[in-house]
Amino acid sequence: MADQLVAIPETFPVADAEPVGETFLERLHGWVVTVDHKRLGILYVAYSIIFLLVGGAEALCLRIQLIRPNNHFLSAAVFNRFFTMHGTTMVFLVGMPILFGFANYLVPLMIGARDMAFPRLNAFSFWLTAFGGLLLYFSFIGGFGLYGMGSAPDVGWFAYAPLTARAFSPGHSTDYWAIALIVSGFGTLGTAINVVATILSMRCRGMSLMRMPLFVWLMLVVSGLTLVTITPLTAAQIMLLIDRYLGGHFFDTQAGGSAVVWMHFFWIFGHPEVYVLVMPAFAIASEIIPVFSRKAIFGYPAMVAASAGIAFVSLSVWAHHMFTIGMTSVSNAFFTLSTMLVGIPTGIKIFNWIATMWGGRIRFATPMLFCTGFLLQFLIAGLTGIILSVSPLDWQLHNSYFVIAHFHYVLVGAVVFNIFAAIYYWYPKATGRMLSETLGKWHFWLFLIGFHVTFDTMHFLGFLGMPRSIYTYLPDRHWNSLNMIVSIGGLIQGAAVLIFAFNLVWSWFRGQIAGDDPWDAWTLEWSTSSPPPEYNFAAEPVVMSRRPLWDEKHPEDPDWKYEQ
Amino acid sequence: MSSIPFNSASPNVSWQLPDRGRVAMLSLIIGESAIFTIFVVAYVFYIGKSLTGPTPQQVLEVPFFNTICLLSSSISIWLAERSIDRNRMRGFAAWWTATIALGMVFLAGTAKEWHKLINQDGLTIRTNLFGTTFYSLVGLHATHVVVGLLMLLLVLGFTVAGRVGHEHAERIQVLALYWHFVDAVWVVVFTVVYIVGR
Repeated sequence: MADQLVAIPETFPVADAEPVGETFLERLHGWVVTVDHKRLGILYVAYSIIFLLVGGAEALCLRIQLIRPNNHFLSAAVFNRFFTMHGTTMVFLVGMPILFGFANYLVPLMIGARDMAFPRLNAFSFWLTAFGGLLLYFSFIGGFGLYGMGSAPDVGWFAYAPLTARAFSPGHSTDYWAIALIVSGFGTLGTAINVVATILSMRCRGMSLMRMPLFVWLMLVVSGLTLVTITPLTAAQIMLLIDRYLGGHFFDTQAGGSAVVWMHFFWIFGHPEVYVLVMPAFAIASEIIPVFSRKAIFGYPAMVAASAGIAFVSLSVWAHHMFTIGMTSVSNAFFTLSTMLVGIPTGIKIFNWIATMWGGRIRFATPMLFCTGFLLQFLIAGLTGIILSVSPLDWQLHNSYFVIAHFHYVLVGAVVFNIFAAIYYWYPKATGRMLSETLGKWHFWLFLIGFHVTFDTMHFLGFLGMPRSIYTYLPDRHWNSLNMIVSIGGLIQGAAVLIFAFNLVWSWFRGQIAGDDPWDAWTLEWSTSSPPPEYNFAAEPVVMSRRPLWDEKHPEDPDWKYEQ
Repeated sequence: MSSIPFNSASPNVSWQLPDRGRVAMLSLIIGESAIFTIFVVAYVFYIGKSLTGPTPQQVLEVPFFNTICLLSSSISIWLAERSIDRNRMRGFAAWWTATIALGMVFLAGTAKEWHKLINQDGLTIRTNLFGTTFYSLVGLHATHVVVGLLMLLLVLGFTVAGRVGHEHAERIQVLALYWHFVDAVWVVVFTVVYIVGR
């Protein structure tokens, strides 16, 4: 708290906050040793975008391999490595870090704090996460081990036992997978603790829980959920390493161990993880949709309750990933029903976003375009989720491309779309420059078309029985043209992401100067300069409603008159 | 700066937020509980599923003395917390040292137990499922005791050097929370391993 007691004079010249004339090495050193939440937030986001490009390139390689039957672009072994690395990268090195990057950058600004609760823990967590990612990719070089076998992990991102046992995965590839995720898992745990402590203990005057922006609320829920989500994975991976290195028998069926126990432990992590990834997307939508509809969010208390509800329900649905392993009918029925239950709070959210847009003066700038795409796609993703939750139907569709299509609809159609929306929305705040709207529109429409060409088509491949994780197929299965379409859609998405990457770099140098509040928004981060000074707020703000900047801009009609 | 006008409201309104150290420690405890839950579930699930001996009934003895020591350390650290809160630094140092001593007795007891299991009974982590789950669960808890002891010793070092005072009461209580958690976990481990599983 010491940093909050230092009084900074109100006339402090903001422009001098960024010293000029530093050498490149000094600037680099500044980024490496920084404990500033904004710089760490940018580091997280940049790190994730780099891995997004890497993971995307892996996906494109997989799709080129599958573009026609009996293709020889990738060998079977490399295909296995690439889909494992694609999944692991996208979940652990893209999804989690980018969302915690947004939390890092935005939560202190939104609650009127000068930094996170524990700035040094924050830096430590980031470097743990970064080291975990590098370790995972170092496996391409170091995974061979003394046996000369392996290279990158090839056991699938869920690494089912007994495939991970020493006998079936010699070399060090699986160890790289486990240790990289343990390391980045501790980084994630540190950040989650930090976010919870920041939100509960660092809010500015007047920022009561029910006045927090929904972004902050959802980050609180997500971080709380992360505490009990990432840790079971860490525990399971410690067990896996005990099995592999110390000769333990946790997942060793020949000594009485159970492979199914690994599945339970993995999905106890794995399913809440989906909500850890998707709820920050809700957080982003809950900020962007009101601003671009020129209306306050509809049903704020319901949104908060629904978020907490999703977190609770998400902890009791994991075995819907395991309907085909032969559970009892009671278990199947329980997990079917609990999975369907998720539809209620998420449905509340979708209706509230639509009600926010209803009757609003909607501006379709690029962030809003992405959020609108998100709404429709998330609805469809939820509906296919309900389809898959019906256990008898799941027996038919399990491990088919229908499942792949379903979860990519969530992870790309909802999460990635909103990540793009968030970058278009907050890039001006972080850099002081707008992203190009023209390139943004090109990015949106190309990505939207590519997304639907790929993932809509994938559903039909699933109905036709194409299983996931196969490196090639025979020409007589009637999958040829559909696979061709899916792969072409993938290439369109790749082109769109390249436009986006170009836009990020180009606008950094040439973008239009943004000003403090380019979107005429209502939350506290827009009250500081762009980019914000190191101390965020010269004087600690005091808020009286959920939209402090609205009160500021419209003193004749402030929100606090109506909010109770 | 456009942020300045937010200071318009009256500054007299009381504004109290929870202590960030306490919130963070409680969050850590929630996360750690999830790790222990997974290990406990694995232990319970694998009770009686070992294909070869030795079994818990044959080799485990209930460590009553150990348990009493560890649980008493929760009382002694609570007395230390109370002493520092009331600015009685001598009492604090005494109770803090007692806590460390009790923790060390517990660790020594575990070491003795493991020595007997390994050398006399031939039970190692690779012998059977019981060995795997037993050493993992008890070892995970012992690791937490070791980490706790290291932090307690650090504080003891500062106390001896005269650097700990009444103003650190809040931080001491945050650290003590962790120690209470380690003790509470032992109640679960003790029940599962030595009562239910034996």
